Amino acid sequence: MIRIHLASVFVTDQTKALDFYTRVLGLEPRQDIDMGDGNRWLTVGNPGDPSMELLLEPAGHPAVAPFREALVEDGIPAAQLAVDDLEAEHERLVGLGATFVQPPTDFGPVVVAVIDDTVGNLIQLAQMKG
Amino acid sequence: MYDALAAPARRAILDVLTARDHQSLFEITTRLLGDHDISLTRQAISQHLAVLEEAGLVSSRREGRTRLHSLDTRPLRAIARRWPDKEPE
Repeated sequence: MIRIHLASVFVTDQTKALDFYTRVLGLEPRQDIDMGDGNRWLTVGNPGDPSMELLLEPAGHPAVAPFREALVEDGIPAAQLAVDDLEAEHERLVGLGATFVQPPTDFGPVVVAVIDDTVGNLIQLAQMKG
Repeated sequence: MYDALAAPARRAILDVLTARDHQSLFEITTRLLGDHDISLTRQAISQHLAVLEEAGLVSSRREGRTRLHSLDTRPLRAIARRWPDKEPE
C-alpha cells in the first residue's frame, strides 16, 4: 500500500519556520540534519503520530520565489492542516501574533481559515464538521 | 458600470463580496463555489474583478503580499439618483 509519508513547503528561513510550525502551530519537531551550505533536512510532524512529516524545505531554487509570490498574491494556500476547533485556534493564534488572511469561514461541511506562516506561505486551517 | 453589472457572474462576485471586506481571489473562488454553486476558473474571476474594479464597484489593496478585494457600492447611488424610488400612493 502506498501512503503519504512526507510533504513539503518551501520556507524562506528554516529557523523562523521551525519556530512557527512548532511553537505557534503546535506541531512536533522531528528531523534536523545539517545538509551543508546552511541548509537543513528539517521536518515537523503531528504530535504523538510518527506516520507523516512535513518538510520545511529551503526556498533557494530560483523558480520558488516567483511561483510562491503568485500563489500568495491570489491568496492560495500551500498546504492544509486540520484542527478540531477552528474558532478556538483562531483566538489562540491571534493571541500569539499570527496573521490571518482569511478568518474562520463556514462552507457547510468544513470551516476554513488561512494563516500567514511568516516564511513565505499561506496555510489553510480546516475543521471538518460532523 | 451598467456593462459591469450585466454579467450574472459579476453580480455573483458582488454578492460574494457582501459577506465581508478584504477577500483574496482564493476566498472569492471558494465562496462562489460554496455559497453560489458557481464554478469559474481563477483567470475568469480575475478578469471579472478587473471589469468591476474599472467600474469602481470593487476596490483592491495589498495586505502583506496578498491582494484583497472589497465591495464599493458608491457607484450604485447613481442608479437611485437617476430613477428615484417612488413613495407608495
